[in-house]
Amino acid sequence: MDPVFLTFILVLAVFLGFELISKVPAILHTPLMSGSNAISGITLVGALSLGAGEGSMGLWLGTAAVAFATINVVGGYLVTDRMLGMFRSKRQSDSS
Amino acid sequence: MNFFSELLSTLDFSKSDLDLLINLSYIVSAALFIFGLKMLGHPATARRGNLLSATGMLIAVIVSLAGEGLPFEWIAGGVLLGSVTGILAARLVAMTAMPEMVALFNGFGGIASLLVGWAALAVAGALPLFTLITIVLSILIGGLTFSGSLIAWGKLSETLDGRPIMFPGQKFVSFLLLAGVLAVAVLLCLEPAADSMWLYLLIALALLLGIMVVIPIGGADMPVVISLLNSYSGIAAAAAGFAINNNLLIVAGSLVGASGIILTNIMCKAMNRSLANVLFSGFGSVKKASAVEGEVKPITVEDGYYILEAATNVCFVPGYGMAVAQAQHVVRELSSILEKNGCEVSYAIHPVAGRMPGHMNVLLAEADVPYEQLVEMDDINPRMANVDIAIVIGANDVVNPSAREDENSPIYGMPIINVDHARTVFVLKRSMASGFSGVDNPLFFGENTRMLFGDAKTSISGLIGEFAQDK
Repeated sequence: MDPVFLTFILVLAVFLGFELISKVPAILHTPLMSGSNAISGITLVGALSLGAGEGSMGLWLGTAAVAFATINVVGGYLVTDRMLGMFRSKRQSDSS
Repeated sequence: MNFFSELLSTLDFSKSDLDLLINLSYIVSAALFIFGLKMLGHPATARRGNLLSATGMLIAVIVSLAGEGLPFEWIAGGVLLGSVTGILAARLVAMTAMPEMVALFNGFGGIASLLVGWAALAVAGALPLFTLITIVLSILIGGLTFSGSLIAWGKLSETLDGRPIMFPGQKFVSFLLLAGVLAVAVLLCLEPAADSMWLYLLIALALLLGIMVVIPIGGADMPVVISLLNSYSGIAAAAAGFAINNNLLIVAGSLVGASGIILTNIMCKAMNRSLANVLFSGFGSVKKASAVEGEVKPITVEDGYYILEAATNVCFVPGYGMAVAQAQHVVRELSSILEKNGCEVSYAIHPVAGRMPGHMNVLLAEADVPYEQLVEMDDINPRMANVDIAIVIGANDVVNPSAREDENSPIYGMPIINVDHARTVFVLKRSMASGFSGVDNPLFFGENTRMLFGDAKTSISGLIGEFAQDK
């Protein structure tokens, strides 16, 4: 794809990221960080689509990337969910 | 070719149709990430937001299986290995060990980007210069995220010494490293190969650079480093996206990169320091603060009980020490007792208390403290004069009045929780040792301060015991 086009996407996404996160209460800083950390495991998708042939060096590298990125994705989302599950408002904890 | 693509080829799908389908699904995924991040910003919707973003990831992974890629059995092996490790780690980790866990996950994201960049070089034949540069960037940023996160993990889990490690000429060494990286990167771009000596050298230098970036940073500044490394892992993913021409990697990576920078900035503001100052100064090694003199007034658990029993407004101020002592559950228990006693209870949370952004909130949430009781610094300070007793648990620098009063103090200018304005202050502390920054704390010598020495958990349990006896 055209480098200019890709850079265009990059710049827009960066601005969007700034806008999205500008006002977040301190209580959510950790979940936000670990949730966005899980998103950065998107490299997994890149690793999956590597066109490496049988027995090549790329195959080993790609598979290792798949394993590491999966840890990042699966672990990141689960840990975030576990943390958020603990946040309760007063009403909720009284009724439970 | 794998299972899905064979299936699709029997359905008379041409390759360009498939590419279109994949890219359209990527747009859906990107939208889900954006909504997910947006919803993560509000307590009520945060959990659904995380789920939404995970759905986006699932869609992206499934559709990319349909396209060309690694052989199916290799993918299955890698995904299985990664999932099992990830699930175990996420389920088994104690809430107090959360900062180092997040650091470790982050490091894995970094090394994945490094490997994808490397593999892109291995798989392709001749590559245009632009792609080569992005490959170099994904290897460099991914590598330094990996080693930096490992060091952060070591410092947080106390496998490594948490103090800043400084040596003479450190900046010079870092500068040389940077110059070395640049030179090696140019040489690699001139002769690109997946088994080139320059590539190995680049990886080694990137790893070394990550170590050099994190070792001069002390434990108390870790919230900044963790969110910065998080940002790096996003940037590495975006660079890998350029390297293999994948839009979704670019969008998701730069979203994470940008949000990480914002969070880093919030942390820095909370300490009234610039990012450069956090990264390069090695906290507490600059100025000598004026020595503090005065008399410390220690109290026993029993004395503490009599004062608490009469209080109508109590504010807990937790710090990293609460995490170390694992005292969050007993604190919650004490606060329930106080509430039954007709007392108003709140928790004042400093933005950089603990070792990662929002660390205290997570710990208190684990102990079932409703989040309405958690008050941010700017909201509690004006009300501090109405607080009967402020109970400081394992916090030091974030309640140190010299940040307000003593211009020579290294932490001068950092916004603090003004516990010294409360009617009485209890400080739960192991001994009189100074805080992480090595700065004396005049709070301990204050007229209205009472020191309750000993392990925070034991002291609070003692207080609970006194209340129980009374009933």
